[in-house]
Amino acid sequence: MRFLPNTQTNDIQAADSANQRVTLTAWLAQFHLDAPLLLFTLAICMLGLFVLYSADGEKLGLVYAQGERLVLGLGVMAAVAQIPPEWFKTAGPWLYALGLILLAVTLVLGDINKGAQRWINLGLFTFQPAEIMKLAMPMTLALYLHHRPIPPRWRHLAVALIILVIPVFMIAEQPDLGTALLIACAGALVIYLAGLRWRIMLGILLVVAALAPLVWLKLHDYQRQRIMIFLNPSLDPLGAGYHITQSKIAIGSGGLFGKGWLNGTQAQLDFLPESATDFIFAVYAEEAGLLGALLLIFLYAGMVLRGLWIAVNGRDSFQRLLAGSLALTFSVYVIVNIGMVIGVLPVVGVPLPLVSYGGTSMVTLLATLGMLMSIHTHRRMLTT
Amino acid sequence: MASETPIKNLAHERIVFTNRVLVAALLLVAVSAVLGARLYYLQIVQRQYYDTRSNDNRMRVLPVAPVRGLIYGRNGVLLADNVASYRLDVVPEQVHHMNATLKRLSSIVPLSPEKIKDFKERVRNSARFDPVPLAYDLTPRQVARFEVNRQDFPGVDIHAGLSRDYPQGKTAAHVVGYVGGITARDLKRVDPSLYRGTSHIGKTGVEHSYEHVLHGTPGSKIVEANAEGRTLRRLQSDPSSPGENLYLTLDVHLQRVAEQALGDNAGAVVAIAPDTGDILAMVSKPSFNPQPFVDGISQAHYHALLHDTGNPLFDRAIRGQYPPGSTIKPFMALAGLGTDGGKNIHQRFCPGYYRLPHVSYVWHGWKRWGHGHVDLHKAIVQSCDIYFYDLAHDLGIQDIDHWLGRFGFGRPTGVDLPGEESGVLPSQKWKLAHLGKPWYPGDTLNAGIGQGYWLVTPLQLAHAVATLSRRGHGMKPHIVYAEQNPRTGKRRLIKPQPLPPVKLPHQDWQRVLNAMQDVIKSPHGTAHRIDKGLTYTMAGKTGTAQVRGNSRDEGDTASNDKSIPKKYRNQALFIAFAPVDHPKIAIAVIVEHGGEGGAVAAPIARKVADAFFAEHPNERHPGS
Repeated sequence: MRFLPNTQTNDIQAADSANQRVTLTAWLAQFHLDAPLLLFTLAICMLGLFVLYSADGEKLGLVYAQGERLVLGLGVMAAVAQIPPEWFKTAGPWLYALGLILLAVTLVLGDINKGAQRWINLGLFTFQPAEIMKLAMPMTLALYLHHRPIPPRWRHLAVALIILVIPVFMIAEQPDLGTALLIACAGALVIYLAGLRWRIMLGILLVVAALAPLVWLKLHDYQRQRIMIFLNPSLDPLGAGYHITQSKIAIGSGGLFGKGWLNGTQAQLDFLPESATDFIFAVYAEEAGLLGALLLIFLYAGMVLRGLWIAVNGRDSFQRLLAGSLALTFSVYVIVNIGMVIGVLPVVGVPLPLVSYGGTSMVTLLATLGMLMSIHTHRRMLTT
Repeated sequence: MASETPIKNLAHERIVFTNRVLVAALLLVAVSAVLGARLYYLQIVQRQYYDTRSNDNRMRVLPVAPVRGLIYGRNGVLLADNVASYRLDVVPEQVHHMNATLKRLSSIVPLSPEKIKDFKERVRNSARFDPVPLAYDLTPRQVARFEVNRQDFPGVDIHAGLSRDYPQGKTAAHVVGYVGGITARDLKRVDPSLYRGTSHIGKTGVEHSYEHVLHGTPGSKIVEANAEGRTLRRLQSDPSSPGENLYLTLDVHLQRVAEQALGDNAGAVVAIAPDTGDILAMVSKPSFNPQPFVDGISQAHYHALLHDTGNPLFDRAIRGQYPPGSTIKPFMALAGLGTDGGKNIHQRFCPGYYRLPHVSYVWHGWKRWGHGHVDLHKAIVQSCDIYFYDLAHDLGIQDIDHWLGRFGFGRPTGVDLPGEESGVLPSQKWKLAHLGKPWYPGDTLNAGIGQGYWLVTPLQLAHAVATLSRRGHGMKPHIVYAEQNPRTGKRRLIKPQPLPPVKLPHQDWQRVLNAMQDVIKSPHGTAHRIDKGLTYTMAGKTGTAQVRGNSRDEGDTASNDKSIPKKYRNQALFIAFAPVDHPKIAIAVIVEHGGEGGAVAAPIARKVADAFFAEHPNERHPGS
């Protein structure tokens, strides 16, 4: 063998940089923070602040408010990441019970907000009890199903469905169909991951499809209207269909490269409603174009895949179910929001995770990321 | 089966979970692909369409109204100006509570109930999205107060623009005319595409007849507007080109003098420069203030003007039609001289009345006891009716019609002003066409002294005198002598237009001109009272046209008596020109129900001529 100094040098350099990467990851792991998840989170959040500045007409008001929440949320994330995953098992049922009580309270004496009772005033701040359920639902179901046989027996399935349905109905009563469906989704994903037989799932889907007309009758007028308009936006181009029409104009006119930051006319000139909140993706797609939109989707995809990786590597069944459910629920948020903004799904009030302007949901989302980090970083320490 | 075992199989559990995650991940990839495909469809495939929609959303093409040309008098006196003005516009569609908004606005801008009523009427008649003017001519203070409280008034906006202003007020109001809000009828006579941004259009006078010159060419601007329709910035603009300025032939000073000379009488004065046809003064009294028409005149105000007994909106100078009376006699004399070698011009005897064979009616002259032996000169100087009855009878109506038509009677002069009347030059044809009756010999007699069916406008009369004063070389009368490009300041003069001359031997002209000079100069002349202190030569002819059906012309005391109602008094007329040899000014004066021409109308002409020569002292004796 011949001595090849060049190759050797390269190898050493490669090893060095690899070491460094490992070092950063390990260094973050000391604080129970997962490096890839954190990087994706920060990238999306920073991007979000820039888009928000543009969406709010180049004013810093919302950006500051969002920045404050972001700092709070990142703090919560870091804090949650410190909690050993075992504690989630204990905390799950308690959180679930607290959520149910608060939901009941909200229904009885909740403040009237936009004609819907979703908020509870705690004196210092208001928050939506439904947010608690976003965490409590997957925790409780994962706890219930993790030591049950696979696939779950009928009675276990029945109990799981009851756990799932009660808060979902209460939230739907508020009425907040979007959140109710997302929480139902979080629960259903736990059951799915727990190995529910495909044919039973198919059966449930058929039953749901059969019940759809009943649900239609239960819906509020505005909810039916939204679905009708989703199916045919030209039905009401200046009223409820205006949102989706203007959103499509914004996105379509962005083209491949976009109009450039702060140059999106649809949002800047107030043609696009809810540009800082639910429809912020349209602002982004108008200014950053198809390439920018795909970049954001890849960032979200990276985040979700990292979450699923954490889930697959979970130490026990509870951790796997919880992590898997949280990661997939996160992806559902993204898909539902973007799908709505680009006009392939009906308009439901789901914000774009980490980007849309809005309080509690941001903190809740960062808390779920904290849980994923906790699950991943505590695993290694305990196994070694 | 593994799944049936009660004891948990950890490895199996892990595999099931991993499979589930894999299926979910594949599903996610598929859904992401759907999202990506949809984005590709919107942003690449449909991009053009949405780009257009996006631009349609934000861009508005707005017309830019051109700046209207100014109107000056011949000496540069401004007659029509553009002044900066602030207008309050309301877009009805954007106002949520109209009454509440108007109530709050009234604390900033005074709004009378009448104004509000009128405004609401206009709102009903216009499109919901079009701005409707609520108040004009806001003061800077009012503008400032509105701007401070602007957020309380969605749909209300200040429009800064130029508004037409007539600094001379009533002076020359009929000539200059006025602009007013464009109506559907106005748009039929102009190209509407040129008037998209324009709010006002010429309605009368020069403002109307020179609309195409004054208006200019509109430009356009592309602006970016937000969802509320408020303009944010200008993206592109194609500037408008301003309309041309106009210089009128009108001497504003002379115009004023003529106005004052008429005093409170209703009537008209027209002064023409015979050499060019320039109208130096053109007064119609009573006059009106044109300004309210610009700002949108109220119904009540307009109604009052329209039904005023003095009829101030009526331009007597070109639309008023009067019997010319004896002012026609010099022209009759020329007709006599021109026909059959002047064989009908001879001495006649005037007993004070005239009879036709086989007609019982007796035509009286204004002088009851007659003028005795009368030649042409005396007939003109003393205005003998009997002479002209007989001359008319000898000539016959066809020759009268032929010769007087050559001085422009019976048809519009073609002046560059709208609405000119043609008057009536009596003829057999005319009578048959308009009255359906045959011509009687007596009609010819009446025509001979400017009575009967005769009607002339003051402008026609002035033009005829100007033509006569230049020995038949008439010029077409006109009111605009130059158009000026406001950017370069270059003036384009409008060439005076000579008319086909009336040809007669020099001595014939001289006979009539001399007689006309003696109307003033001779102690027997009917206008001798204006001879005193005359520093230039002047020729003229008086006329007193009857209003009621009496056959006698001048000096009918019954018709001049101050005790009879004014509307039954005679019309006083006077025509004149000066200096006699090289005339620089020709004047026609008509004072409605003024009485005797020599007493009432002649002094007015003298005042106008005096003022003219005071301004142009060198023109008094142009030969010397």
